[in-house]
Amino acid sequence: MSDAPGHLLIVDDNKVNRLLLSRSVELLGHQASVAENGRVAMEMLSNQPFDLLLLDIEMPEMDGFQVLEAIKSDTDLRDLPVIVTSSVEGLDNVVRCIELGAEDYLPKPVNKTLLGARVSSGLEKKRLRDEQKRLLERFATTEVAQDLQESGFAIGGKRANASVLFCDIRGFTTLSENLAPEETIDLLNTFYTLMFEAVSSNGGIVSLMLGDGLMALFGVPQPLPNTAQSAVAAGHEMHNMIEMLNLERRSEAKSDLKIGVGIATGEVVAGYAGTDNRATYTCIGSTVNLAARLEAETQKTGSRILIDQETFDLLEGANVLETFGRTMIKGFSDPFDIHAL
Amino acid sequence: MTDSPIDHEIFMELKDATGEDFAAELVNTFLDEAPGMIDELKAAAVAADADRYRRAAHSIKSNANTFGAIALAERARKIELGELPEAGDLTDATALETDLTIAAAALRSLIDV
Repeated sequence: MSDAPGHLLIVDDNKVNRLLLSRSVELLGHQASVAENGRVAMEMLSNQPFDLLLLDIEMPEMDGFQVLEAIKSDTDLRDLPVIVTSSVEGLDNVVRCIELGAEDYLPKPVNKTLLGARVSSGLEKKRLRDEQKRLLERFATTEVAQDLQESGFAIGGKRANASVLFCDIRGFTTLSENLAPEETIDLLNTFYTLMFEAVSSNGGIVSLMLGDGLMALFGVPQPLPNTAQSAVAAGHEMHNMIEMLNLERRSEAKSDLKIGVGIATGEVVAGYAGTDNRATYTCIGSTVNLAARLEAETQKTGSRILIDQETFDLLEGANVLETFGRTMIKGFSDPFDIHAL
Repeated sequence: MTDSPIDHEIFMELKDATGEDFAAELVNTFLDEAPGMIDELKAAAVAADADRYRRAAHSIKSNANTFGAIALAERARKIELGELPEAGDLTDATALETDLTIAAAALRSLIDV
């Protein structure tokens, strides 16, 4: 078999079984370590990574069922494929193993060919899961990746209170017309690096990147003590970072970058939207629309940050520069009191 | 095969799959470990500890199957699935010990050749 070798942990209280399984695994070209009961196995699993577990059921101290339960409730371990190798009597015990998350069940004495096939497929699953995890971390935020790993993927949303922040580079189209494509991408990369930092250091996540702007969420998927406070802090940090970037740009005789930030707070529906094949963690609701409109409104009022009343109500000691009472916002029939920070 | 306590086909398969030297080493390990398992079975019977009793029988069954020790495996399986005897009743344990002695002698002769 053209498999990449894996490191297997063999858990069995019987010495003959441990020796025989180690030998079989090594003859298949893999590396084997052994543990004589479940407790020892759990200790070894917490100390070093393994690619696959061959698990006996009948063991003193901690049996195979208990090991399966412990593995499946541990987020770090639950992707580890487990093949149960046992001579336990009764189909109900086999069913119980599978229900507890075992990949497969091989009766003892273990058939060599069958073992080879199951180990290969288990290792392949492990590789795919590891790859998936890496991709997930690259294309989703750590929080979303964690949420996905903990609760699994399901299209559908839940209601939550959150603050939504929109940020946009003003006049980016005009700016980029005078730049080479490489320079435009370079500028966007710098911009996004700074903005992501401002968002994540305040407990938020960037849920969308929109050309020269972004949408960030505070309070979903992970709750925050004060979503408005965190979003506003992120907004200020964004402006500070852009000012620092502008200092650098001026020294290179480049024009200043200007951004606008709009923040709204309220109930949103957050979750995975799309199809089973292509979905994104997103957030919808009038709070999201309002935040986007407020960001657009900063162009008209010339404000750095515009927030809605609900955001303002949650702030502790905010320095409001100006309040625009009863402002009509596109897409909403009732006027809003909005505040510039 | 009624004339041997060991199913030669199973034993040959084990030798083919793992190598002759390894199979011999494995038999020796079993011969070292098995008396301890019988002791454990007896101790569990004396203590009337059903879990321990079942686990000891299970262990012997598992190894007996590995070497093709049919009679030993079958009795061990019956003990594993049966009721715990009355405290101190060593009838089954002693019978199993006899089966083990027979199987052990046959296994020894198989690795000596």
